[in-house]
Amino acid sequence: MTKAMKSGFLAVAVLMAAANLPQTALAAEGGHAHIERQTWSFGGFTGQYDKAQLQRGFQIYKDSCVYCHGLKRVRFRNLFEPGGPEFPEDAVKALAQTWPNKVVDGPNDDGKMFDREPKPFDPILGPYKNEKEARAGQNGAYPPDLSLIAKARNVEYTGTWWAHPFSMLRDVATGYQEGGPDYIYALLTGYGEAPADVKLADGMQYNAAFPGHQIAMPPPLAKDAFIKYQDGKGSLDDNARDIAAFLAWAADPSLNARKSTGWLVMLYLLVTTLLLYAGKRTLWSKIPH
Amino acid sequence: MEHSSSYEPKSSFAKWWDDRLPIARLMHGQFVDFPTPRNLNYLWTFGGILTFCLVAQIATGIVLAMHYQPSAADAFNSVEAIRRDVNYGWMIRNFHAVGASMFFIAVYIHIFRGLYYGSYKAPREVLWILGVLIFLVMMATAFMGYALPWGQMSFWGVTVITNLFSSLNEIIPGVGTAVVEWLWGGYSVSGTTLNRFFSLHYLLPFVLFGLVALHIWALHVAGQNNPTGLDIKTKSDAVPMYPYAVAKDAVGLFAFLILFAWFVFFLPDYLGHADNYTEANPLVTPPHIVPEWYFLPFYAILRAIPSKLGGVIAMFSAIAVLVFVPWLDTSRVRSAKYRPLYKWFFWLLVISCVGLGYLGAKPPEGAYVIWSRIFTIYYFAHFLLIMPIVGLIETPKTLPKSISASVLPSGSGAPQGAVTAPETR
Repeated sequence: MTKAMKSGFLAVAVLMAAANLPQTALAAEGGHAHIERQTWSFGGFTGQYDKAQLQRGFQIYKDSCVYCHGLKRVRFRNLFEPGGPEFPEDAVKALAQTWPNKVVDGPNDDGKMFDREPKPFDPILGPYKNEKEARAGQNGAYPPDLSLIAKARNVEYTGTWWAHPFSMLRDVATGYQEGGPDYIYALLTGYGEAPADVKLADGMQYNAAFPGHQIAMPPPLAKDAFIKYQDGKGSLDDNARDIAAFLAWAADPSLNARKSTGWLVMLYLLVTTLLLYAGKRTLWSKIPH
Repeated sequence: MEHSSSYEPKSSFAKWWDDRLPIARLMHGQFVDFPTPRNLNYLWTFGGILTFCLVAQIATGIVLAMHYQPSAADAFNSVEAIRRDVNYGWMIRNFHAVGASMFFIAVYIHIFRGLYYGSYKAPREVLWILGVLIFLVMMATAFMGYALPWGQMSFWGVTVITNLFSSLNEIIPGVGTAVVEWLWGGYSVSGTTLNRFFSLHYLLPFVLFGLVALHIWALHVAGQNNPTGLDIKTKSDAVPMYPYAVAKDAVGLFAFLILFAWFVFFLPDYLGHADNYTEANPLVTPPHIVPEWYFLPFYAILRAIPSKLGGVIAMFSAIAVLVFVPWLDTSRVRSAKYRPLYKWFFWLLVISCVGLGYLGAKPPEGAYVIWSRIFTIYYFAHFLLIMPIVGLIETPKTLPKSISASVLPSGSGAPQGAVTAPETR
C-alpha cells in the first residue's frame, strides 16, 4: 500500500467515525426528528434474532397492540417455525384457538359466511374486518397492519451534507438496516408533554419521534403501566425494545437464514476470488503487460 | 480487425457438424483465440460483468414471474408471499431487486470507462450508439420493474413519470393527455397499467439481449479499445482472449460478486425505499416521491429546469446527447491518459453526475435547485462545448509507439522474442 492510499484510508475512517457523532443540534430539520440508533441482537451483518426477546415482544403485541392492529402477513405457524420466537407448537395451536379475532370462512353448504377459530396456517388478525370498520371504531384514525411496519419506516439522515457520503459508507460497511426498529422504539418512548409553542389538534398526542409530532395513537405503553413479563420484570423501555424487535422479525422472518447463508456465500466468493487472482497472476507473469 | 478462427474439429462428429453449422468455429474464433489488447486494465472486465448481470436478471426474473400476480389487488401480496412462503423466495427476490442496482453500478462504470479512454471514437461509433440504446432500454426495463411490487413508491413513481408526457400538451393541446391515457390504459394509473408494465418488463430484457448481441458483434468487428487508445498493429500487441482476458474477467466478476452478495444478504433494502413496503394507495401521496438511485441524476436535471416541458426535454436530451459524442469529440487522440487538459474536464463531468445524483434525492428548494442548475449546465456544456473545443486547442502528450511498447519495461526497442512468446507457441 502506498503512503497516499494509507492516508486516504485513514481520512475516510476518521470521517466515517465523525459521521457517527450525535447530530442533535440538527434534529427536527425538515420536520424529521433525530432518531437515536439502538443496539439490536439482529443488527449489522452478523446479527441474529434473540428468541427470548421475540417471545417477550409477541407478549406485548398480544397484550397491547392487537386491540387495534392486525398482523395479517404473519401466520400462527410462523410463531413456532425456526428463525422466529420458536414457541412450542402445541402452545401456538392452543393460542390460535383462543385468539379473540376470528377468521371469516365459507360459504358453507347453506351459502352463508361464518366465523371460525384460526388454525396454524391462518393469519394473525386484528379486531377490524376492513379500513372503514377500523376508522369507525377509532374516531376516524386508521391503525395500520403491523406486519411490515418495521420495513415501511426508516430514519432520515439529519446530518450535514458533507458527512452524508461517509455516513452512507459506514452504513454499507456495517450492514445497517435497522432504521425501522430504531424508529418504532423512538416512537413508543417518544410520548410526552407538548412544548408550549405546539398546539395539538383535537384527539392528538405529542410525540417527539413522529413526523410532524402529532400522532392519533394514544400512548400504547406507559412509564407506570408497562407490561410485566413472565419473570415479573419489565419497564417501558424494555417493552418498547422488545416489541420493536418482534415487529422487525414480523417484517423480515427470513433474516436469520439470510445472514447465516450470507456468510457462507461471502466465504466462498472471497476464497474463489483469491484463487482466481493467484491463477491470473501466475498466468500473466509470463508475459509483460 | 481481421481475424479468422483457428478452430480445428477433433472428432469425426465435430467435423460433420462443422460442415453443416460452424457454431463452434464461430465461438472459438470470437471467444477463445480472439486477439485482446495485452494492456487492458480491470475496467475492461465490466463488459463481462454486465453480461452476467443481464443473464442473472433474466434467470431470477423468470422464477419470480412464476410466483408473481400482476394485478392491483394481488401484486403486493404475491411479492410478500415470495418473501415469506416461497422456498428461498427471499433470496431470489433480493437477488433480482439488488441485481437491478448492481446492473446500473456496472453500466455507469462501463460508460465512464468508455468516455475516459475514448472508446466511442472511430471506428467504434456504432458500437457506442448501440451501448446508448442498451442504456435506454435498461432504464425503461428497470422503471417498469420497479412498478411491479405495487408499493407506494411504485405507484407514485409511475404516476409522476408517466404524467411527464402530459407536458406534450404545451406543444399540441390534447396530445399529451392522449399519450398519457394510452400509456395508462385508462384515466389513471391502475391495475391495467401494472398489467401492461409486467408484460413489457418481461419483453424488454429479450430486446436487451438482442442489442447486447449486436453490441458484442460490433465490438468484435472493431476490436477492443485499450488504455493507450492505440489500435492493435502487430501480433505482439495482443494476447488470445483465452486464457488471458478470460482469467482477468473471472477475477473482476468474482470481486464484483462480493459487493453484489454483500447487498443481497446483508443490505437487501438499503438501495430501495421504505415506502415501497406500504401497499399502493391512490388516495395517499408520500411526502417525498423519489425514484430509484440510478435515475436520480436525470431526475435532478428534470427538476432543474423551471418549465415542465423544458425539464422533460432536458432529461431526454441528457441521454440523447450521448449518441453524438463520437462526432462532438474533435481530438485525434482517443485516451484521456494522453490528454492533459481534457482529463480535468472528464473528472468535472464525473463530479457533476454524482452531484446531480445527490441533488435528485433532495427536495427541489433553495440551494439544491441552484446546484442542480449549475451541474445541469456543466453536463450539457461538457458534451456540446468542452468536447469540441478542448479537442482542437489541446496539445496531447506523446503517444507510445504501440501497445506493446507502452507495457514493456524499457519502453522501446524491446526484444521481440519475449513479447511474442505466448501467442506463437
